[in-house]
Amino acid sequence: MKVVAKTANEAMAEAMRQINPDVVAAYPITPSTEIVQIFSRFVADGEVDTEFVPVESEHSAASACTGAAAAGARVMTATSSQGLALMNEVLFVTPALRLPIVICAINRTLSAPINIHCDHSDTMDQRDSGWMQFYVEDSQEAYDSVIQAVRITEEAFLPAIVSADAFILSHSLQRIEMLEDEEVQDFIGEHKTPYSVLDVDNPITVGPLDLQDYYFEHKRGEAEAMRKTPPIIKKVDREFGERFGREYGLIEEYRIKDANKAIVVMGSTAGTAKEVVDTLRQDGEKVGVVKVKAFRPWPREDINKSLEGLEYVAVMDRAEGMNGFGSPLFTEVRSSLYEIDKRPDIYGYVYGLGGRDVKPRDLKKVFDDLKKVESGKKIERVNYLGVRE
Amino acid sequence: MAINLKELSKQGDFLTSGHRACAGCGPAIALRQALLAAGKDTVVANATGCMEVVTTIFPYTAWKVPWIHSLFENAAATISGVEAAYKALKRKGKISKDINFIAFGGDGGTYDIGLQALSGTMERGHNILYICYDNEAYMNTGIQRSGATPYGAHTTTSPAGKKIPGKTQWRKDLTEIIAAHDIPYVAQATISEWRDYMGKVQKALSIKGPKFINVLAPCQLGWYYKSEDTIKIANLAFRTRFWPLYEVENGVHRITKEPKKAVPVEEWLKLQGRFRHLFKDENRKIIEKIQKRVDERWKRLKALEEAGL
Amino acid sequence: MAEKKRGWKELPIGAIIDEAGSSEKFKTGDWREGRKPVLNKDKCTNCLLCWIFCPDSAIIVSNNEMKGFKYDYCKGCGICANQCPIGAIEMVPEEE
Ligand SMILES: Cc1ncc(C[n+]2csc(CCOP(=O)(O)OP(=O)(O)O)c2C)c(N)n1
Ligand code: SF4
Ligand SMILES: [Mg+2]
Repeated sequence: MKVVAKTANEAMAEAMRQINPDVVAAYPITPSTEIVQIFSRFVADGEVDTEFVPVESEHSAASACTGAAAAGARVMTATSSQGLALMNEVLFVTPALRLPIVICAINRTLSAPINIHCDHSDTMDQRDSGWMQFYVEDSQEAYDSVIQAVRITEEAFLPAIVSADAFILSHSLQRIEMLEDEEVQDFIGEHKTPYSVLDVDNPITVGPLDLQDYYFEHKRGEAEAMRKTPPIIKKVDREFGERFGREYGLIEEYRIKDANKAIVVMGSTAGTAKEVVDTLRQDGEKVGVVKVKAFRPWPREDINKSLEGLEYVAVMDRAEGMNGFGSPLFTEVRSSLYEIDKRPDIYGYVYGLGGRDVKPRDLKKVFDDLKKVESGKKIERVNYLGVRE
Repeated sequence: MAINLKELSKQGDFLTSGHRACAGCGPAIALRQALLAAGKDTVVANATGCMEVVTTIFPYTAWKVPWIHSLFENAAATISGVEAAYKALKRKGKISKDINFIAFGGDGGTYDIGLQALSGTMERGHNILYICYDNEAYMNTGIQRSGATPYGAHTTTSPAGKKIPGKTQWRKDLTEIIAAHDIPYVAQATISEWRDYMGKVQKALSIKGPKFINVLAPCQLGWYYKSEDTIKIANLAFRTRFWPLYEVENGVHRITKEPKKAVPVEEWLKLQGRFRHLFKDENRKIIEKIQKRVDERWKRLKALEEAGL
Repeated sequence: MAEKKRGWKELPIGAIIDEAGSSEKFKTGDWREGRKPVLNKDKCTNCLLCWIFCPDSAIIVSNNEMKGFKYDYCKGCGICANQCPIGAIEMVPEEE
């Protein structure tokens, strides 16, 4: 083990180096460019055996990655925002072909207006594409999650996006504990592939046309693969924990056991929320945080178990759902809770769009709102935090 | 590398019967001939389009070589990923066989929506052969114009109407666009001149680096002619010099097969319903215009060849 | 021709087709519209031009010889008859 200071970009690039994928096809975009740059240097210096494909667009990055994975290679890439959006069409193909690929994504908002800063609109745009999605809180988790994702994707035969907040994580130095190269190799093991188009002696046809008679069956199979991912993720996470001492779960509960109010949140804001909870706890408030790490698969059971019995919950979305109601995390948490008996009163908060800073006092205001509700006041079901009126 | 049909017939087909292309489909011939020339150890990436659709209707596939389809515009990017994987796995000793990598795309998937991915793949120098089967329109979606559709042709999005007589733009010269990428081998072929075409496929596959072949493949449905005339029309395209057969090897143009005497382009046009309206008196001048263009392009090609360029 | 349609649990992973050339199970011979090719073996020189031009891989060749047509697949396009340099293939009306 080595203790170093790394940004999330650097940490993910280091994880990629240690994973030593067969193929990386990537295209630059702020703020994930650095991952591609650092990795290119690893290639140039012979620190990896990777075939690096400097494609002419993210559409081609995702296409080349998908082709390479179908050829039995271990494949990774990195992107952000518009890049992820340009990949959209391909991103629906990869999981349907059941190919394990890992994308290191840096969460940056989508145009327009063009803006290079943090929010989750880019990955939220891909939430129904069939990729697993893991949101991380810090550089350490970014590093660990990328390594775990290799194992998870190759057991589930589904691809995964590991995403870290733009600049807040991608460009700020944090202390991380790095594993030894051999430990990483030993943990991820030999690459597993569901099939390979390079097997010319056993030719297969990948990506055929379905008519009305088979499309539904194929999609049902793909959906089942996603349904089966929670135990795989937990198993890999547990093994990682046993070996290296860090475990994350599908969600993380923070001071939730005796709480009556909680914030549900993803990404780096979870750290801020924990601080706020610590402060409020000193004043005797019974507050907690649920950090959602895996947004896909949707951790319905874990969410319900942790929120059951709570009285007031605020769900924080760093993305606008544009449905005239609530954003994705809010609507999904709310819909999960429908099936439990003791449902909390639940409110949605849209925050931090386009990199708008979220300070502890902002999150304190959210708890204050919940307190107002507790005292009988009415507030809006969905609220905007930190926007000028 | 002489092509011997008797020898080739012994290896069997890699594009089998039972696919659902129209009777007399030119593109199906283009694919079949290419695979016969390439042989068994070949991996194919295919763009969305007629050929992808008719050959792989689940649970049936007409392919006897490994085949991958992902999307419409990304056949070149897909094959570049497959080839990159091959290189990496070979370096790591996980695979040793020599394998051909071929991408097939229609003119829509190649001249138009897939041009960027193709250009990138060519520029990056992947060891692949991209074959554009050019049937001069988007056939799979019902005969819409493409950048490859010839001047004057009727398509469903360039209909011959009362005011506008079919397509009013010249086709783009994709073969030259790809040649401008300075890659080792670029060629133009037609399915009637199978010896020339299959020889080009074999030659391309013997060269390392990115290669491109643009093969004219008539479509009876979209060109509006009788199904038995596919080869005849492919041949006339060459004999009228509408579609010259040539190659550009390391930047040098060479005409590989030259019609002894040029047939007037009208002879080619008149067999195809998509040009029928050009034979009305008021449109006759368009035929002259097309002939003039064909002559100019031929002169240009000859000049390039003669100059050793 | 009618194969039993499989349920989702019975399908290969990733929607792949793992049986190369399985389209041979799908017969396209009934697409012919009233005419079929017939070979005059006396005339045929086994040049195999019909074989190289057939879009449906429906010309039977064995031991370097043109042996006839796979009528299960031949769609009756007529290219072979049109291209045979010595007229050894004729398109003839098909009886029902
Ligand atoms: C992004 C995208 N846009 C449009 C389509 C619809 N589409 C499918 S095939 C096709 C035309 C194919 O034309 P071409 O490449 O010439 O092949 P052909 O069908 O003529 O063989 C189109 C427009 C698509 N599949 N994907
Ligand atoms: S429409 Fe044209 S290209 Fe498509 S299958 Fe029919 S003949 Fe072939
Ligand atoms: Mg076309």
